[in-house]
Amino acid sequence: MSSAGRSRREKPSLRRAFSWLRLREEAIRCLLFGCALLSVMTTLAIIFVLVTETMIGIPPHTSFFQDVSLSEFFLGTEWTPNFSAEQAHYGVAPLVCGTLLITGISGLIGLPTGLMIAVYLSEYASPKARSICKPMLEMLAGVPTVVYGYFGLRFLTPYFIMPVFGGLGAQGYNALCGGIVVGIMIIPMVASLSEDVLRAVPNSLRESGYALGATKFDVSARIVVPSALSGVIASFLLALSRSIGETMAVAICAGNMANLSLNPLEATQTMTAFIVNVMQGEVVAGSTLEKSLYAVALVLFVMTLVMNLVSQLILEKFREAYQ
Amino acid sequence: MALVKAFTQFVDPPSGSTSAEASPEAGGTPRAAKIETVNMGFFYGTHQALRDISLRINECAVTALIGPSGCGKSTYLRSLNRMNDIIEGTRVTGSVTLDGEDIYARDVDVVSLRKRVGMVFQKSTPFPKSIFDNVAFGPRIAGLTNRTELTEIVERSLQQAALWNEVKDRMRESAMALSGGQQQRLCIARALATSPEILLMDEPASALDPASTARIEDLIFELKQNYTIVIVTHNMQQAARISEVTAFFCQGRMVEVGQTKQLFTNPSQKETEDYITGRFG
Repeated sequence: MSSAGRSRREKPSLRRAFSWLRLREEAIRCLLFGCALLSVMTTLAIIFVLVTETMIGIPPHTSFFQDVSLSEFFLGTEWTPNFSAEQAHYGVAPLVCGTLLITGISGLIGLPTGLMIAVYLSEYASPKARSICKPMLEMLAGVPTVVYGYFGLRFLTPYFIMPVFGGLGAQGYNALCGGIVVGIMIIPMVASLSEDVLRAVPNSLRESGYALGATKFDVSARIVVPSALSGVIASFLLALSRSIGETMAVAICAGNMANLSLNPLEATQTMTAFIVNVMQGEVVAGSTLEKSLYAVALVLFVMTLVMNLVSQLILEKFREAYQ
Repeated sequence: MALVKAFTQFVDPPSGSTSAEASPEAGGTPRAAKIETVNMGFFYGTHQALRDISLRINECAVTALIGPSGCGKSTYLRSLNRMNDIIEGTRVTGSVTLDGEDIYARDVDVVSLRKRVGMVFQKSTPFPKSIFDNVAFGPRIAGLTNRTELTEIVERSLQQAALWNEVKDRMRESAMALSGGQQQRLCIARALATSPEILLMDEPASALDPASTARIEDLIFELKQNYTIVIVTHNMQQAARISEVTAFFCQGRMVEVGQTKQLFTNPSQKETEDYITGRFG
C-alpha cells in the first residue's frame, strides 16, 4: 500500500475514547483530590465536634452552653471547673489572660530575635556562616517541646529567673519562664519565614541603596526590611499563633493555676495547658468539666484561625507588591 | 560614504557644541579628566572580564560606552563606584582615579565614594515608599533630618529630573504607582539628591518607550552642564545623539575611544566599523 494512500485514510479521531492511559490519569486525579479533601474534612470534623459539644447539643446530651451561661463563660473572672458543682466557676478570662501573657512574653523575646537572625542570614552572613547557622536553627526547631519545658523548669527558673527575680516574689512555676521558653521555640520559625521574604526582595533595590551611599545597615533596615514588611508581619503572626497553641512547655514551666493576673512571676494556666491538665486526670464523660474542654478548645480554635487568616491576607498583599 | 550618511541620521540638531574638545587619543587640548583608568583589569574569580582599559572621562561631558552584550561595559561602569565590591570574589588591577585619587586604595571609604559617584540602573528601582521618601533617601542616610532642607532638596532634585510638575501634588503617594518612565526619572532624581559629581547610567532608557527615552535623553543633555555622565547604551543612535566621547568595548577590551562624531563617521578600527554598521554584535 502506498504511503500516500495510508495517510489519506487513517486520520486519528479527535473524539474521546476509552483508554487505560485516560483511566490511569483519572485515578491519579481522584487520589490527589481525595488527599486534598481529607484535610478539608478533618477541619470540618473538628469544627463539628467543637460546635456540638459546646453550642448545639445533640439531644440526649446537653451542650456546654446549656449548662453554663454565655455571660458566665465570657465575663466570669474565675475558672474553677474541677471544683464541686456548687463551687465550680466557668469564667474563661483567666485562661485567656494566661494565654495572652505567655504569648506576649514569647513575642517580645522570639520576634525581634528571629527577625535579627533573619536579617543576619539574608544580608550579612557569608555563605559559610549561613551553612553553619541554618542547620543549627533547624535543629532548634526539631527539639521536642517537652524537652524545652524541662529546660525551662530545671534550668531557666532555678539559674536565671530565681536569682534575678526571686526577690520580687517569683514562684517556682511562673509565666515568665513559660514565655521565655515559647519565645525560644518560635525563633527558628520567625527566622526562617522572615529570611525567605527578605531574600525575595530584589537585589536591584539593594544595589540602588548602595549606589546612594548606604551602608549595609542602612540597606537592611531602611530598604530590605521595609520592602518585605508585610511578609515579616505575616511570619510574626504565624509564630504568635504557634505561641498561642503551644501546650507542653507551658504546662511544665508555668504551673497549672488559672490566674487572672498579668504578673509574669506568678504561676498561670493557658488554655492548652488546662486542656492537657484535665485530660491527664480522671474526667467524667458528659460532665460539665469535660464539655468545658471543648468550649476552651473552641475559643482557642477561633483565635488561631483569625490570626492565620490575617497572616494569609497580609502575605497575599506582599506577593502583589512585586508583580 | 555610507557611514557619514548613517551618522547624519543618528545625530540630533542640539549637539550644537562645536566639539572642539578632543579625546585623549585624538590629541588636541584635553579637558580636565574627572575619572581616569589606567591599564585597568577586572576579574570575577579567575575569569578576567576586563583587560587593559585606559580611559579618561572628561568633566561635565557625556561619555558613552558601547559594545556588544557581555563585552564588559557594564562591569567597567560598575567598577567606577565600586558597585562590584558587592559581588564576592571580584578583583581590580591597574588604577582607577577620581580627581587624581585612587578609589581602590586601602583607606578609601566606599560609602563616601558612592555619594560622589551616583548611579542609575537599567531597571528602575523605586523603593516601596512614597515619592518623597524615595528622593529623600540619600540625604537622610547621610544624616540630614531637617524637614525644610529635605523638602528643598527633594523639590530641586525632582525639578532637575524633569519630574516635579508631574508629581508635586502626590509626594505622599507610593512611588510604585508611577509609570515606567516616571519611575526611571524618579531614580535619577534620587541619585541627584545626594549631589554627586558623576552620574553613571547603565542603559537607563533601554526598558522605556520612545517618548520616555526622549525625555531621559533631554534630561541627560541638561544634566551634563553640571555633572560628569558616563552612560552605557546598546542604542548607537542614542550614543551618537547625547555623548561627546564614545568608547567601544569588545570582549573585555576597549577597542577604540574617540570623539563621538569621529568614532561613528570614521572609526580607526575595523571591529568598530563592523559593529556600528551592524555587521556583528
